[in-house]
Amino acid sequence: MFEPVWNNHYVDHVQITMAEDIGVGGRASYYDGIGAARDVIQNHLLQLLALTAMDEPISFDATNLRREKQKVLSAVVTPKRHDLHTARGRYAGGWTGGRQVVGYVEEEGFKATSTTETYAALRVDIDSRRWAGVPFYLRAGKRLPRRVTEIALGFKKAPHLPFTATDTHDLGRNALVMRIQPDEGVTLRFGAKVPGTQMEIRDVNMDFGYGDSFTESSPEAYERLLLDVLLGDPPLFPQQEEVELGWQILDPVLDYWASLKNPPEDYESGTWGPASAHEMIARDGHAWRRP
Amino acid sequence: MIITLTHTDTSEIANALLKARSRLGSASGLVLTLIVAAEQRSFAKAYAAAQTAAREHPCRLVLVVKTAGKTDRLDADIHLAEDVPGEVIVLRLSGEVREHAESVVLPMLLPDSPVVMWWPSNAPDTPGDDVLGQLADRRITDAASSSDPIKALEVRAIHHSPGDTDLTWTRLTLWRALLTAALDQYPMRILSATVVGPRNNAPANLMAAWLESRLKVSVTRKPSAGPGITSVKLETPGGDIVIAREDGKTASYAIPGQPRRTVALKRRDINELLTEELRRLDADDVYAAALAALLTREGQPLPEPEPVRKRKEAGAIAAARVAKTGARAGSRKAARVQEALSRQDPPLHVAHAHAAGAS
Repeated sequence: MFEPVWNNHYVDHVQITMAEDIGVGGRASYYDGIGAARDVIQNHLLQLLALTAMDEPISFDATNLRREKQKVLSAVVTPKRHDLHTARGRYAGGWTGGRQVVGYVEEEGFKATSTTETYAALRVDIDSRRWAGVPFYLRAGKRLPRRVTEIALGFKKAPHLPFTATDTHDLGRNALVMRIQPDEGVTLRFGAKVPGTQMEIRDVNMDFGYGDSFTESSPEAYERLLLDVLLGDPPLFPQQEEVELGWQILDPVLDYWASLKNPPEDYESGTWGPASAHEMIARDGHAWRRP
Repeated sequence: MIITLTHTDTSEIANALLKARSRLGSASGLVLTLIVAAEQRSFAKAYAAAQTAAREHPCRLVLVVKTAGKTDRLDADIHLAEDVPGEVIVLRLSGEVREHAESVVLPMLLPDSPVVMWWPSNAPDTPGDDVLGQLADRRITDAASSSDPIKALEVRAIHHSPGDTDLTWTRLTLWRALLTAALDQYPMRILSATVVGPRNNAPANLMAAWLESRLKVSVTRKPSAGPGITSVKLETPGGDIVIAREDGKTASYAIPGQPRRTVALKRRDINELLTEELRRLDADDVYAAALAALLTREGQPLPEPEPVRKRKEAGAIAAARVAKTGARAGSRKAARVQEALSRQDPPLHVAHAHAAGAS
């Protein structure tokens, strides 16, 4: 059903977010040197990107799934200007969610020379016929307002709308949002006319929740993987090729960040990220969704 | 069902909501988040008004109550009903948490949807600068709830920012609809206008200001006993258009050359006013023009375009930086950046406009 619009003719940009509301919790010595990009973007977010952007596999067995994922990951490129299209941050102390929390630099085990980031955002593009011209924005961070992982496809605005400007003034962008956690499901966001005599359009959600339609709870993440190991069924496990492609995508960004002299920009705990992240996406004329 | 959480934080509240909603099996058809800065004394009234509004606009209601407790804690009550869509979250802040209300409210906002903030009483002077007000796309205050509504309305006019509105304006909606309908039926040149109402009636002053800003004629303001506005008269060369309401319920509606008609024009209560305000969520330019006219009538100077105030949220700093380094004013890129920033959460028109002016 969505295959015809799943391409750059209709999709304007994609945002993949993995937000956590906890900090490193006293394990800064473990987290130090790793950072949000290595911890989460290289594996989880790039896998989500591959699953979103890939072409349909011939069947669901491991070989065919991997072929498609490798194909799309090998087409991913990061922009040349890393300073303009990446952002990183480090959470500062403050109040989040009703509790007072310390900043990363005050966590136990923090090294004064550390430049580890707790928030990372970058833009990637996919050089394929399906996705050329559609920026993919990936962001991951700790101590963001709430725990959420989602993939949001923002659709292009229609080139002509028969409504007047005032009717659609507060209309946002159509979007398809796949919530990975906590409330698994899919939301379609579009405009609908408000019942009544005047013409007024308002954004509404068409929502599917796994919890509402299926009462059996999904297995926990690692339960599924352990089962697959026991069965010897590997489609969910990235092979060496995929892992290497993931590092190839991220290495230029990590090298650039390592070359910077100053530590990551501070962002207050409980906010959605540092100013540089907002600038980065605003430069392209987009805005981060509030997930 | 009501779920109570004590000594809690927003992750626990979010988990409790998730578990509760899956038990009820309701889909998320909610269209907005309504934040209410309630006070403990008037809590019941604010709750009732918000509930009525939520019936027409299924929403997530977040009532923020700052209690007098000394310990730093957050307590929450979650109200969910099977027959009413939407959820109600009452957040009680005590101790130092009171100073950090935005840290508690930001995680509770519904994804993507517009956010509206309502102060039933004791609204801040500049709603657009309030920490919670900055989270909202629309900010609703009520001058009538203060001890001096006329002064309160003036303060609103001086510190107006796009997205602000006051229930004083909502009280005039039915009057304005009738007046514009009269001019549709009887399009004549207006020579002058008169608004009659009690001396301390803020809506009457705002009505006079609106007529002056739209018709560009002199508007006289005459006192009467009330209740509310008692009449509005538009003088034309062929006769007067008069809407007169003596009893606060029904009005007589007179247009030259037509029989006098009776129209229902009752004074509406807070529940209805709030419900109407939630119908449109874009910035009200007509209201802004009426406020500017109010200031000129009072002989006050018009406010300067707001200077950049030190704001902590990242977006404002971003706006300044991008405007300085990035696009030239007037280019298409600048227009896209401006549009993108205005969709950031919260709105950034002011900071960007200043920065663009400064670059």
